[in-house]
Amino acid sequence: MSAIAHVTDHTDDHADDHGHHHKETFITKYIFSQDHKMISKQYLITGLIMGIIGIAMSILFRMQLAWPEESFGVFEVLLGKWAPEGVMDPNVYLALVTIHGTIMVFFVLTAGLSGTFSNLLIPLQIGARDMASGFLNMVSYWLFFLSSIIMVFSLFIEAGPAAAGWTIYPPLSALPQAMPGSGLGMTLWLSSMAVFIASSLLGSLNYVVTVLNLRTKGMSMTRMPLTIWAFFVTAIIGVVSFPVLFSAALLLIMDRSFGTSFFLSDIYIQGEVLHMQGGSPVLFEHLFWFLGHPEVYIVLLPALGITSEIIATNSRKPIFGYRAMVASILAIAFLSTIVWGHHMFISGMNPFLGSVFTFTTLLIAIPSAVKSFNYITTLWKGNLQMNPAMLFSIGLVSTFITGGLTGIILGDSTLDINVHDTYFVVAHFHLVMGISALYGLFAGVYHWFPKMYGRMMNKNLGYVHFWVTAIGAYGVFFPMHFVGMAGLPRRYYTNTNFPYFDDLADTNVLITMFAIMTATVQLVFLYNFFYSMFYGKKAVQNPWKSNTLEWTTPVEHIHGNWPGEIPSVHRWPYDYSKTDENGEYVIPGQDYVTQITPFQEGEEELHH
Amino acid sequence: MTVFLIIVVVALFGISAWQISKIFKLSRGADADTTQVANDKDNNLQGKLMLAFVVFLYILTVFCFVQYNSYFLPESASEHGLDYDKLMLISMVLIMFVQIITQGLLHYFSYKYRGKKTNQALYFADNDKLEFIWTIIPVIVLAGLIIYGLFTWTDIMDIDEQEGDPLIVELYAYQFAWRARYAGADKVLGKANVRFIEGVNSLGLDVSDEYAMDDVVTTELHLPVNRKVIFKMRSQDVLHSAYMPFFRAQMNVVPGMITEFSYTPILTSEQMRTSDFMVEKVRTINEIRREKSKELVKKGEEPLEAYAFDYYLLCNKICGVSHYNMQMKIVVESEEDYNEWMKTQKAFKQVAQN
Repeated sequence: MSAIAHVTDHTDDHADDHGHHHKETFITKYIFSQDHKMISKQYLITGLIMGIIGIAMSILFRMQLAWPEESFGVFEVLLGKWAPEGVMDPNVYLALVTIHGTIMVFFVLTAGLSGTFSNLLIPLQIGARDMASGFLNMVSYWLFFLSSIIMVFSLFIEAGPAAAGWTIYPPLSALPQAMPGSGLGMTLWLSSMAVFIASSLLGSLNYVVTVLNLRTKGMSMTRMPLTIWAFFVTAIIGVVSFPVLFSAALLLIMDRSFGTSFFLSDIYIQGEVLHMQGGSPVLFEHLFWFLGHPEVYIVLLPALGITSEIIATNSRKPIFGYRAMVASILAIAFLSTIVWGHHMFISGMNPFLGSVFTFTTLLIAIPSAVKSFNYITTLWKGNLQMNPAMLFSIGLVSTFITGGLTGIILGDSTLDINVHDTYFVVAHFHLVMGISALYGLFAGVYHWFPKMYGRMMNKNLGYVHFWVTAIGAYGVFFPMHFVGMAGLPRRYYTNTNFPYFDDLADTNVLITMFAIMTATVQLVFLYNFFYSMFYGKKAVQNPWKSNTLEWTTPVEHIHGNWPGEIPSVHRWPYDYSKTDENGEYVIPGQDYVTQITPFQEGEEELHH
Repeated sequence: MTVFLIIVVVALFGISAWQISKIFKLSRGADADTTQVANDKDNNLQGKLMLAFVVFLYILTVFCFVQYNSYFLPESASEHGLDYDKLMLISMVLIMFVQIITQGLLHYFSYKYRGKKTNQALYFADNDKLEFIWTIIPVIVLAGLIIYGLFTWTDIMDIDEQEGDPLIVELYAYQFAWRARYAGADKVLGKANVRFIEGVNSLGLDVSDEYAMDDVVTTELHLPVNRKVIFKMRSQDVLHSAYMPFFRAQMNVVPGMITEFSYTPILTSEQMRTSDFMVEKVRTINEIRREKSKELVKKGEEPLEAYAFDYYLLCNKICGVSHYNMQMKIVVESEEDYNEWMKTQKAFKQVAQN
């Protein structure tokens, strides 16, 4: 604390203190806010609401899988005419799977995670008063909001929402004759995603520019916290790959509505030959996965950045191998753009390409392994403070390893042949990107809640939330690998038409039980979140005794973040438990040295 | 066993719900320590739970491998599948090894180094040697896996129509069924296009093509054992995927192009049906079906038929409302049986004339 006081003491000069005196109305403060902290909260709340919808959907279709074609009152209530007498219709099953995937990947884990924490932390951790363009930032959020509205609205139309899987491969997604969801539902899906991409691009450009230009004095690139590195690189991947998805969506819209044939050829459907000729569905797969795979890292990297910061803080140790961590982020980002073909080994593309993509895909395991080992070494000989955020961070490393390892099987073109599109894949990606990224989101919320709302979340509820979630997540996805190894395809409404799968039924019930348990315990989180927002214990300025800049700002939010001058930075953010030759802490009695603390007399800079 | 498991899950769930309600109460009351930052007591308990968690993870792993052992597919019914299974086994052993070690370390460290006010963490920011080691080990191991995998992949995907005397079969997919087309005596598949689809000519064969006349279209896929078969796949409407799990074979079926896959079946349906694995598997399945039938009969519905094993091909790319039931029976039999069966099938010429 003395260190912070020390710096703020001689910054009485308010010359730099601009912009927080003019009057703010309710609308400019809470709705069309240009303040990055408010925008980050808007992202979080919207993301959470979408998350509730997405997870609720997964429970509905898990119930159908466990007890196929049985009647449930809850189906009748929630699905209405799509569940005649409470039995789920197969079309709705596909719709639920599709929208669950879309919502979770894009709306929760892209916008909800990266949107929330990039907005909150980039200006605060690099020492900037706000984003480079507050206006574009606001537009970015409202476009996201609009796309969420369109996506949710599409659930209520006559023929049902898009149902061709979240990958929306044409021709299924292009032809309303092929399935009811490919009518207006798909049009709305595509419109929603187009708006979403615009939102994501505006946000990402803003993050990149802010990180490059608005760092405070002394904050060199190698002194940035790993969170910022992760957000920065994530934004770059987004800028590179999202436009390709936009083009895919645009071409699909053309095929659907204006008679072009980018993706369609030689089709006879419903007793009619279509005029489209010469297109290729494989082209769509290429375009889709050119975004689709980097998207995995767009989701995951921010989570890894968040946990790097949280694990270091709560271990009271520097993150092990800072430079290797940065190099891994960069390597993963680069490789992520040249591995998309591993989703397409058996799509009919040239098998030689399969070999190339196997090679690049298995390469990506190397930086991932380095990251995992570095996390584990950071824990080694630490003084671990088991806050809920720390538990979720450790949980993330665990699921990241478990899910990542099965990637070695799926990334191998040979082995992919027999597990492609089975539940093995579902188990793999849920663990490695779904659960891991959600853990990152939760860890971030628990850790930065005091910064966002000036109050603390209840730790005991946090512990319950973590442990039940941790057991439930493994309970759902670990057995699922085995169901996949039996050759059970995903996206099947029921497995009862194949008696060979009859003995898997019990396991499906078990998985659904775990899923319901895990989903229910998220209510504890929601309660804790909203309750603490209003009635939580008031937070102190630096509750976790952290080194980074955001904890040098006052608890009460002000526009511009710091009263007075922006502090300058003198060291990297990981000087935890640093000692001098005598084994004494650098600052006596305090096991951390904030970034704004100048080097002490006789102190060595050790990490370079 | 499963009933027991479900009871355990429900019980655990009940306990957690009870605990949650308790904590709800506690959280409302005036706590002595209200900073909401973990103290030594929390660190101690949570650290121990971390250790317990990795034990749970190990038990779950062992349980799954023991209990779900019968879920793994039986020995491969195709030649290349043997290589596939070997590569799968090597990869599995490798990843389980890494999984057990790393999860152990992660959780054990979380337990061992749980925080205490009096403890001091070690300032340990870098060690080039360590990092080099754990970069180079994955590099070597993965290089081995990649090379092995690529050799297998090239073998599987190298489809040579000239070599030997392969059987050429067209797999034809449409919403929501499969057809097989055999080339007939001339061993050449006739030309076909969706634009020729009309009446009984449901696969769009070109009637002006001589080669098409003796083609045979069937609803079951029959294959002679020990003879290489090359599949030419064609879709009429949307993407499908021809997945034959027992043969370690899968390829997407794409409208507008012809995709290929090839394998040599080495086990007849009969051999697979009478294998120890399958006898046991089918027995279990039939037990389950009998139990289910009892319930169905009670409700006044038809009981389920007893199950006998047959190879099958299923659709594994979402293709619409009945995707879940788009299947075709595969029969692998001796050359003689195959020829017998082929004689009972009608050539396209006969079908078209009727």
